[in-house]
Amino acid sequence: MKRVQFDSRFLPYLLLLPQLSIVAIFFYWPAAQAIRSSFYIEDPFGFGASFAGLSNYTDILTSPEYQRVALFTFGFALVVTFLVLAIGLTLAVKADAVIRGQSAYKTILIVVYAIAPPVAGLIGSMFFDQHIGPFVKFVALFGWDMKVGLNYYDTAFALTVIAVWNQIPYNFIFFLSGLQGIPTSVREAAVLDCRSGPRRFFTVILPLLTPTAFFLLVINMTYSLFDTFALIDVIVKDKPADNPITLVYKVYADGFRGNDIGSSSAQSVILMVVVLVLTLIQFRFIERRVHYG
Amino acid sequence: MYKTKFFDHVILIVGCLLMLAPIIVAFTTSTHSAPEIHQKGLMLSLGDNFGETYHKVLFAQTGFNGTVTGLSMMLNSLILGLGFACGKIVLSMLAAYAIVYFRFRFATLAFWMIFTTLLLPLEVRIMPSYQVMSELHLLNTYTGLILPLLASATGTFFFRQFFKSVPEELLEAARIDGAGPVKFFIDILLPLSRSMIAAVFIIMFVYGWNQYLWPILMTTDESFFTLMRGIKQILQVWVGAQIPDYNEAFAMAVLAMLPPVLIVVVFQSWFIKGLTETDK
Repeated sequence: MKRVQFDSRFLPYLLLLPQLSIVAIFFYWPAAQAIRSSFYIEDPFGFGASFAGLSNYTDILTSPEYQRVALFTFGFALVVTFLVLAIGLTLAVKADAVIRGQSAYKTILIVVYAIAPPVAGLIGSMFFDQHIGPFVKFVALFGWDMKVGLNYYDTAFALTVIAVWNQIPYNFIFFLSGLQGIPTSVREAAVLDCRSGPRRFFTVILPLLTPTAFFLLVINMTYSLFDTFALIDVIVKDKPADNPITLVYKVYADGFRGNDIGSSSAQSVILMVVVLVLTLIQFRFIERRVHYG
Repeated sequence: MYKTKFFDHVILIVGCLLMLAPIIVAFTTSTHSAPEIHQKGLMLSLGDNFGETYHKVLFAQTGFNGTVTGLSMMLNSLILGLGFACGKIVLSMLAAYAIVYFRFRFATLAFWMIFTTLLLPLEVRIMPSYQVMSELHLLNTYTGLILPLLASATGTFFFRQFFKSVPEELLEAARIDGAGPVKFFIDILLPLSRSMIAAVFIIMFVYGWNQYLWPILMTTDESFFTLMRGIKQILQVWVGAQIPDYNEAFAMAVLAMLPPVLIVVVFQSWFIKGLTETDK
């Protein structure tokens, strides 16, 4: 906060009023609702609700289906996060190293950032289409009979490819700006001390990039947990039964399709806890080991 | 000092091709007719069906009561994007101004109340949010479409970081000259924030335009459909069709991505600055 500040009786409250009222109505009220209805079993036809204690939670946590979805969600998030970080970093390092054509590469590589997950999903679903998809035809040459939308693992594969494609630009932008923020003097000093390029990268450049990488790690986890909803909805369409879905998709499917409001709310609350834990891990454990130059 | 320049270019070119190819193919394929695509698959060449397909997607009336056209969906996406971006900027500038520049009771409480929202995306509380909206009778309204999306602190966070980087001397000088909080905000802070406002506007417009889940839930009335909603529609019709309208689906995808892509490319320096400056 600033050392010099204004003192005013009403103005700060007036300034905060619009934001706070929106947050209260559209954030805290629904969040409270979710917690409340997670303890109730609601009649699907709207004839009242009965208190159920923790049974919604125990039902979910012991259900093999939920465990399967949870397992897929975290596996998916880990794979997507890792691939996106690795590819984004590689491209950024290369784009930082070249001089000729740098701005052209940059422009091309950030274009995909603007593409919404459902649009990415639509284009992707064509590339993985049974009849016209070039990807399917290509892997058929190697004897892989790919059936996206029917085969669990094929669908998971397609989802991962599209999700990674869609998220690379974001990582690229941040890594590139992180690289360009490293002072020339540091790089030159490193060149004098160490001749090996790769070694220089791992001992000097990479540690200086850890704040960026760490920030992106959290962003990518959130992306693969939540923003991929649209992608999954487009690819899986209305047949979530044998297809891989994420926890967020299950919240939606159980709440709106299955009309099981109690269970859906309890799942929401569980997800809220997961996000809180992720944030705590961010602040408590990992941030201490990260080098801030 | 560095010798493998050639391979750097190779990797970058491969990367660019892989990133860009799906977009290009989406466009070129959309210019062919549906049976042709069905027969030959995706195509890299330009077809001769461009005018017809896009005219149909933009102006032909579809849906149950025949009021939805591609154009009307585009207009709704535009309303959502602009409304969201403007609302976000106004709300978050005011809130960030109060948080950074004022000393008042409950400041910490207000700060935490606003920033907790960063933790829980709309997707997590989608069901109760929907119930709240239907209790407030805001389903199928632009208000209901835009307001709940504003309940997150991203914009406030951006502006808070920016205001904190504004030199203190400015405020001291302004106070010595007798400027009050309102005058300081309008005459000094607002002009200083111009490029930041532009950056936030671009980011938020793209974000608003690209919204999917919320518009799908909120709009059952077809006249409020956005382009993203239209994409879901096209895929639902798909199931059971003999020869799906691949060309129209691709044309829809092209229309849906064109405005955000153009904005990001044209204003890329602002947009990158806005994005990366907040990661501190």
